[in-house]
Amino acid sequence: MQIDLRTVSITPLRQTYNHVAERLGADKPASRYIEGTMDVQATHNFHYRPTWDPEHELFDPRRTRLVMKDWYALKDPRQLYYGTYTQARARMQEVAEADFEFVESRGLAERFDDDARRTALDFYVPLRHVAWGANMNGAYQCAYGYGTAITQPCLYAGMDQLGIAQYLTRLGLLLGNQGDLEAGKQAWMQAPAWQGLRRVVEDTWVLKDWFELFVAQNVALDGILFGLAYKEVDQAISGKAGPTVSMLTRFQAEWAQDAAKWADAVIKTAAAESAENKALLGQWYAHWRGRVQEALLPVAELALGADGAAALDRAVAAVDARMHKAGLAISA
Amino acid sequence: MSNVFIAFQKNEESRAIVNAILADNPGAILNEQPAMVKIDVPRRMVIRKSTIEREIGRDFDLQEMQVHLITMSGNVDETDDEFTLAWHQ
Repeated sequence: MQIDLRTVSITPLRQTYNHVAERLGADKPASRYIEGTMDVQATHNFHYRPTWDPEHELFDPRRTRLVMKDWYALKDPRQLYYGTYTQARARMQEVAEADFEFVESRGLAERFDDDARRTALDFYVPLRHVAWGANMNGAYQCAYGYGTAITQPCLYAGMDQLGIAQYLTRLGLLLGNQGDLEAGKQAWMQAPAWQGLRRVVEDTWVLKDWFELFVAQNVALDGILFGLAYKEVDQAISGKAGPTVSMLTRFQAEWAQDAAKWADAVIKTAAAESAENKALLGQWYAHWRGRVQEALLPVAELALGADGAAALDRAVAAVDARMHKAGLAISA
Repeated sequence: MSNVFIAFQKNEESRAIVNAILADNPGAILNEQPAMVKIDVPRRMVIRKSTIEREIGRDFDLQEMQVHLITMSGNVDETDDEFTLAWHQ
């Protein structure tokens, strides 16, 4: 008996979903990010308006003054969906854990310079309350925003901030003790230097317009604060006492770069949509940049003394340059 | 002059690499097979790290490409930023 072997090539009937093919302009294979993001949010047949907001539908693009013809244009250049997001963060966390492990196993925290230790505890520990505020804001943007392309990474950013709050807590426990965390909370609630920043954070909580909140939180506050905390202050402390604190804040420093890539792309796309959007974004940015800069000045001086103002100016200038590149008109 | 070619396993990551090659090499001929994708380019093919990074949405080390590589033909010239296949005379 003779057996003939032959290969059969089976071509799939379709390469991707119809709605994705429509966006791509042809039926060709799409990335998992595109398939898991495009048109995922419900748009029709909501039946009842929410009792807590009868002016709007459950998902409603009119919850912000920004207008987009297609909200799915606000794609994430990092292409994060649940799978890639958790993998990317797991990698960052592994590295950060190894750094904490290193600091603990070599006893670097015990031998750390006491002046620098005081600065690090006084400056970084209260920031965990800022991170918690950012977590709330990320969840708000996700809940009231429109279109999975933007709401999805907003929630990821919020979750990242929760992780950042935990890393700051662990920094406090490693360099100090439980009492330092409580002292940080007291400083956050009462010390005059922190009240401006606390007011900014609390004011962002009551912003109704979720895209203004995005500009306030993810562009202005995150951009300037992370530049100040994990670049300027970090350099000053490691210049004085070695890189122990840099190792303990590694996650935040890497995260800030990652998040900036996304925020810049969102602003760039939104500003390019129309002159009205560009003007609105410019106005929001100018307002929140001013408030954040004012609020951070006493905090910068707390950590850097007389150099604080110059360091803060550099951090603000860096975000200004990013926004200028993204297409906003920046008035200095 | 003959073609240079490169073939990858078909998966989520190699799709970004293939898209980058198609974007950077206008003369590229795509040949999709079950589980494999082969790209032919007359004379010279360039694979750029920067284009792959834009497609894949993260930092990419060109050597990661080797994991998905099945075969290739041409003289290789490799730097951190570019991987070039060409026929040297």
